[in-house]
Amino acid sequence: MLNKQLWKLGPLIALIVIVGLFWAADHTWGQGQFLSLRNFRVITNSAALIAVPAFGMTIIIISGGIDLSAGTALTLCGTTLALMLKHAPNATVDAAAASSGVDFSLWVAFALLLMTATGATCGFVNGALISGTKVVPFIVTLGTMTIYLGIGQILSGESTVYAPKENIPDWLSLCYTGRIAENYLIPPLNLFGFEVGFKIPSSVYITLILAVTAGILMRYTVFGRNVFALGSSESTARLCGINAPLTIMSVYTLAGFFVAIGGLLYFADVKNGNPSDGTGKELEIIAAVVLGGGSLSGGRGSIVGTMIGALIITVIRNGCGLLSIPNTYTLIIIGCIIIIAVVVDQLRHGSPEWFFRLISRRRNTNW
Amino acid sequence: MAHKLLQMKDICKRFGPTVALDRVSLDVTAGEVLALIGENGAGKSTLLKVLSGAHRADSGHITIQGATYRPRGPLDARNAGIAMIYQELNLAPDLSVEDNLLLGQSGTGSGMLFRKQQRDKVIETLQTVGLGSLNPTAIVGEQSVATQQLIEVSRALVSNAKIILFDEPTSSLPQKDVAQLFEIISRLKKSKIGIVYISHFLEEVRNVADSYSVLRDGQAVGEGRISEISDSEIISLMVGRDVKDLYPQIPHTPGATRLKVNGVRGYHSQQKATFEVRAGEIFGLAGLVGSGRTELVRTLFGLDHLVEGSIELDGRIVTGSVKKRMNAGLGMLSEDRKREGLAQELPIIENATMGSLRRYVNRLLLNLRERDGSASALIRKVEVKAHSGYQNVSELSGGNQQKVAIARILHQDAKVLIMDEPTKGIDVGTKAEIYRMMGELAADGKTVIFVSSYLPELLSVCDRIGVMARGNLREIREAEDWTEDSIMAVATSSER
Repeated sequence: MLNKQLWKLGPLIALIVIVGLFWAADHTWGQGQFLSLRNFRVITNSAALIAVPAFGMTIIIISGGIDLSAGTALTLCGTTLALMLKHAPNATVDAAAASSGVDFSLWVAFALLLMTATGATCGFVNGALISGTKVVPFIVTLGTMTIYLGIGQILSGESTVYAPKENIPDWLSLCYTGRIAENYLIPPLNLFGFEVGFKIPSSVYITLILAVTAGILMRYTVFGRNVFALGSSESTARLCGINAPLTIMSVYTLAGFFVAIGGLLYFADVKNGNPSDGTGKELEIIAAVVLGGGSLSGGRGSIVGTMIGALIITVIRNGCGLLSIPNTYTLIIIGCIIIIAVVVDQLRHGSPEWFFRLISRRRNTNW
Repeated sequence: MAHKLLQMKDICKRFGPTVALDRVSLDVTAGEVLALIGENGAGKSTLLKVLSGAHRADSGHITIQGATYRPRGPLDARNAGIAMIYQELNLAPDLSVEDNLLLGQSGTGSGMLFRKQQRDKVIETLQTVGLGSLNPTAIVGEQSVATQQLIEVSRALVSNAKIILFDEPTSSLPQKDVAQLFEIISRLKKSKIGIVYISHFLEEVRNVADSYSVLRDGQAVGEGRISEISDSEIISLMVGRDVKDLYPQIPHTPGATRLKVNGVRGYHSQQKATFEVRAGEIFGLAGLVGSGRTELVRTLFGLDHLVEGSIELDGRIVTGSVKKRMNAGLGMLSEDRKREGLAQELPIIENATMGSLRRYVNRLLLNLRERDGSASALIRKVEVKAHSGYQNVSELSGGNQQKVAIARILHQDAKVLIMDEPTKGIDVGTKAEIYRMMGELAADGKTVIFVSSYLPELLSVCDRIGVMARGNLREIREAEDWTEDSIMAVATSSER
């Protein structure tokens, strides 16, 4: 029983080991910046970018599905936001637009709504196709992946959409300015004139709030338990009267919402929208879920695990950067870590068999 | 003295702290059938796995025709002339019969198959098992389960097996194919092949075996000639105590009509069915596999689409989704416990409460403590043997898994409990417990619809029994007005 609990901490232990390794390496060969507060902000900032859409992916993977379109849907949301802000009626930029009488902040609210709707629609289309056609999620989202990329490119005119700096509200640009702590949207806690703790980027707050929401949703609601049941065995779920098509559609739509927030963070990060940025992002997102203990066969996964998984990926990338390891090698390292993580995860579920044979054979010869 | 064909002596095997096999010895004689009997978890499958090389024994030794046999894997077993026919068939469904028979056969050493030369052998073997009319190029997946099983037997013969082990071979076979299988087995006996036959069905064992060996808790507790022991003696060996009451009788009196099924035909059914069941009644549905019983009850529960007819529960028409029917008071136990009945990789509590969590919702959120509390109470009530309710269902024995599935319909508080083959693949002790639970439910005023292929249990447990044949509900009588023979006569009759 204790053993089982210990296994659950696997991803956390892996994260600690990786942080330890990079700290030692940075201490020996680098400039000792790895464990600085500034770098902490950079890492958590970038991790948020992966973690938020990965929460949605976690729910999908628990339900036994997969979403390959998450990356391009995310940049489609970002592009939508960029386009809306580009054409925003802002008096300081465009006097004619300002005279049209549309309030700027109302326009921004509308832009955010449209972005969220875009993400949710992308998810809903995935869910509806999957439960309607009974085609496996892998194929359906492989198709929608390129469809969403195409739509994004039509909207952007096949180029990057730049929103003028003046048209980006302060809070939005500040919600993703990793290293400059003073610019954070949410100021550090201030008790009786003493600053408590350290300054945490706003993106991290957003991520934490979403994580808690998603965590509660999965653990303490009927919907969440139904998703676990569905991913563990769809026929059992049907036997128990769970409405499988409706649950599947809700899962993908909900994931689309997380993708939209991911798109918001992406836009805040790069301050523009480029639809083709999204290709490949879905794999990073899936990797975070898998590193966090999610099982691609469904029924297993956790929000906290996914958050740790996202941190593992960013720590490796950031650490390699500080050690001046070329990006190409970083990719190889991340790939290896993913495979090792899955093998280790299989070990706790009693496979692969060869490993246990090896152990038992050794034990036999010892006797 | 001639060597025994197969001798296993003092085989021990432990998994961590659990002793799976404790000094088990076993002899198989050429041309004889040895029945290996035991409850689930008694060590039968571990013994088979030791023999097939999937597990290595911790101690003890095995000889085949006097030669030491120490298998390291399935290939060793095959080379030594041991073949296993498992419950789940091991054939490549998309390949032809011939390809399946020749799979893994060393052709010439150059990796080439010489079909022409081997065709004769294939045809000859197929004739031995009574499949002379089967085209060797037919696709295996298109054959019936019975034929596939015989194809597997012939594959064993092609590889010159000396010992064939059958693991519950009849559990998925219709009655008439069972007879055919028994005939093949007696033919195999004549050609001096040693056979180990594993089954729960004592009648079958008596029919087919010459000698027996009973396992209990990893120990061999009895062996001898099958003709020298009675069924009740075998049962008490299996469970380790006298099962006086394999069929405990709980007094219950049927009351008012509860469920009215009027000319119901489902999407997968061929014929309409009409019957009524009362409160406090156990209604049996008998028939051969494929006679449409499962299709009928799945239609009642809403898993199959209702094409025509109506279902009335306590005077109210029941329609719509599974959820709606559950709310109306229907509950169902699936015949496919492994894949449909339970989510194997989820904990017991999760499975027992699945689908009816709404009652624990308190201000939008689930009260998990309350759920776990009432689920644990239920699990104790049906006496599931587990460390805790958080254990995964896959770690439980078949009987305990079935109890979890039953706990779920109890949790759901169904008025009409449809149980499709609830005792399939379950040990005798648990069977008796399930019969007792059915009786108690009926005494409590619930309605139980009991689908089974095993006639003795239907005759002993049910108040009334309906017999189905070819998708048609042919005849309903009081249980005492049926005999096994009369049920089989109706179930196998071909009249339309």
